[in-house]
Amino acid sequence: MTALLELDGVDAHYGQLQALFGVDLAVEQGETVAMIGANGAGKTTVLHTIAGAQRPSRGTVRFAGVPLDGVRADRRVGLGIVLVPEGRRLFPSLTVEENLLVGAHRRRRGPWNVARVVELFPSLDRLRDRRAAYLSGGEQQAVAIGRALMANPRLLLLDEVSLGLAPVVVKQLYAALPGVVAEGVTLVVVEQDIGQALSVARHVTCLLEGRVSLRGRPDELTRDRITAAYFGM
Amino acid sequence: MEWVNAVIQGILLGGVFALFATGLSLAFGIMRLANLAHGTLALLAAFIAYSMVDATGVNPLVALLAVVPIMFVVGYALQRGVLNFTLTGDPLTAILVTFGLAVVIENVLLERYSADARGLDAGSIESASIRVTDDIAIGWFPLMTLAVAVGVLGLLYLLFARTRAGRAFRAISDDRATGRLMGIDDRHYYALAMGIALATVAIAGVFLGIRTTFSPADGNAQLLFGFEAVIIGGLGSLWGTLAGGIVLGVAQTVGAQIEPGWSVLTGHLVFLAVLAVRPHGLFGRALPA
Amino acid sequence: MTRVDDGTTSTGRAPAVEPVAPGEWRIARWTPESRVGVVAALVGLGVLATLPDWGSSSDMATVVEIMALLALAQMWNLLAGFAGLVSIGQQAFIGTGAYALLVLADDHGVDPFVAVWLAALVAAALSVPIGVLAFRLRGGYFAIGTWVIAQVVFLMVTNNTALGGGSGRSLLSLGDYDRITREDYTLYTALVAGAGAVAIVVLVLRSRLGLALRAIRDDEGGARGAGVDVYRARLAVWVIAAGWTGLAGGVIYLQRLNVQPTSAFSVQWTAFMIFIVVIGGLGSTTGPIIGTLVFWILRDQLTDLGEWYLIVLGAIAIVMAILAPKGIYGLLNRIRPFQLFPVQRRLRPRRRVKARSAS
Repeated sequence: MTALLELDGVDAHYGQLQALFGVDLAVEQGETVAMIGANGAGKTTVLHTIAGAQRPSRGTVRFAGVPLDGVRADRRVGLGIVLVPEGRRLFPSLTVEENLLVGAHRRRRGPWNVARVVELFPSLDRLRDRRAAYLSGGEQQAVAIGRALMANPRLLLLDEVSLGLAPVVVKQLYAALPGVVAEGVTLVVVEQDIGQALSVARHVTCLLEGRVSLRGRPDELTRDRITAAYFGM
Repeated sequence: MEWVNAVIQGILLGGVFALFATGLSLAFGIMRLANLAHGTLALLAAFIAYSMVDATGVNPLVALLAVVPIMFVVGYALQRGVLNFTLTGDPLTAILVTFGLAVVIENVLLERYSADARGLDAGSIESASIRVTDDIAIGWFPLMTLAVAVGVLGLLYLLFARTRAGRAFRAISDDRATGRLMGIDDRHYYALAMGIALATVAIAGVFLGIRTTFSPADGNAQLLFGFEAVIIGGLGSLWGTLAGGIVLGVAQTVGAQIEPGWSVLTGHLVFLAVLAVRPHGLFGRALPA
Repeated sequence: MTRVDDGTTSTGRAPAVEPVAPGEWRIARWTPESRVGVVAALVGLGVLATLPDWGSSSDMATVVEIMALLALAQMWNLLAGFAGLVSIGQQAFIGTGAYALLVLADDHGVDPFVAVWLAALVAAALSVPIGVLAFRLRGGYFAIGTWVIAQVVFLMVTNNTALGGGSGRSLLSLGDYDRITREDYTLYTALVAGAGAVAIVVLVLRSRLGLALRAIRDDEGGARGAGVDVYRARLAVWVIAAGWTGLAGGVIYLQRLNVQPTSAFSVQWTAFMIFIVVIGGLGSTTGPIIGTLVFWILRDQLTDLGEWYLIVLGAIAIVMAILAPKGIYGLLNRIRPFQLFPVQRRLRPRRRVKARSAS
């Protein structure tokens, strides 16, 4: 069975600076996969090449067997690839409900709508008409995830969901993920919080300075191996 | 009493400026594009109407029904084909290109139509008026212009507040890259925005042509007036554009009342005063960088 | 697939630098081409200065116009290409220069060839309140704002009967000179205006102000953080450009003799400046020189076409702004990088002790 998502020898550059060196990745349908690594290791860049915000300078990204070369980011949403960007990136002048509705701008057929998102994140119910600029970090993150769900993704990319949030809030957010996975969504979770990453993922990839330094299932990987791969020791 | 009349005429004149300013404000609000060709494009619309009227003898207001979609298509093609490429990278490029376009369009119009003043004849509606008192008469056409301006702004407000497209516009205005990540085709929506902007400019141009005589070189003056209305009203506010237009209109008519040759100058001075004292305009949010 | 990022305004490949002990660095500004460039420019200037001996009146008139356009273009480039200020209102200063010249020479008895320099000061002075107002706007709206302000100056002059109102006035005091001397002096003034414009741009770029401008262009926030007073830097450039634009305006009307407001304050002057700079090369010192020559040739070739020459010029400018943003100079540079004037700063190891090193 072809993997839902394949990265094949992907290089990426920012101008003259090379950020990724021959990254390979395979994600099966329905899996939850985590990508960990220190700041600047290239995790966000990997997600951006999948989502279409960054063009690989070498290598291919394949989705359901089809290469995504030249497919713009907005069209990838229509294919079912949706990114929850680092730092949330909500639309500040739009309300919570409007942010969610924009997520559905190019939706595929599926179960997600505003009501279901509010079911998943009940705290949003009273915030529907609040401008996104006036939400707390945790609330924003919930809206960002909800906004992505509104497109009924097959592949959901989560970039540093825990960033800047209190552990309690992070736990609540992660508690919502099983509900998403149950609908058949494949998840790629990028995290600096290794604990959370390992707890949800079936498969872990560690990046170090743009290269894959470790792969494996959480139960196979010892703490020492992870630390070594993370910090490059 | 003449002063009251001057103010009333100024408010009505404000409708014309508001119509011009709307398209300018739209393009800037959604795309951060200050379209220096905005005025000449209005003249283009007026001349297209002129040619239609010349060829078929229809009333210019009827010709408007064709000119608006034509200008919408022109706007879409212009944005998609040329202007979209000026909006990445150096902000200077967009200014230089739109200025170049203004010069090119103006001179093409001059080539085709010469510098002679033309007019669009809308028939009796042009001179009909409501007599309010002995000194004050409200022209039907100026009143219609103001009503149309309010109507257009109202429609745009509904578009932005209630529709899927409106949300998309506002989203990419906030954050173009993230909008794209959410599935919005920003190139297409930018082009739509310019299409709508030029559709409003078509109305402005034809109404101007009915109201007064026009020639290709008038484009620049209209650009300046539209711009002044936007700044006085405040950036980022649609209703501010209406207010700005009205303030400018009143400034011009009152100025003319003081001294016949001073109308335009008074408008400019009021604009400068607003710029000096309250740079974000009457209703605007802070100036974007 | 790497590409060289040439977002800065100076060009050239980064040289290979050998490790040297600290304290042994110097700032190199000259390149082999720039030595040739400066010498060639000075020689050319010298040749043009002898024009009265061998050239006709119309040749001299041509050179005066070209030099004035060069000055205008260099100043516009200084504003837009280096300071990021796109002004569509420079005609305000051309007109101010012309009218100040008129008033000083005719009404106050100042020798016209001295008055033209004072007129430059008047333009510079006027640019201060204009700049303060205009700087409240940014980008495209700043551009339109400068246009509006130029219109205001125009309207105030047109409404002023003492200045001749709508029909303008003639520079009568020039009649005190015989034609040959007048033409000679006009030529010399024009040469100083044109060459001086290039010199000013080079000097500004070599100065701390120039460094500040580059920093602002690259990253305004970062520059501010490094202690650059962005506002003052921009205003300084604005005033310098306005003054020299006023001088150019004076020179133009020393030649034309008849100062008419619609022409002196016409936005077409700025259109010419923009086209010259965009086609020649925005953000380089050599670009406007190339652009002025190209503009002159095109104008000459296309005069028969009437309005079409503006259409052609405009179309070329649009295409170049999108496809070749650094103009002809940029295109030439891609083939082989060259720098005709000593405006770059390269960190070089101090290999030998030389008198002509560092700043």
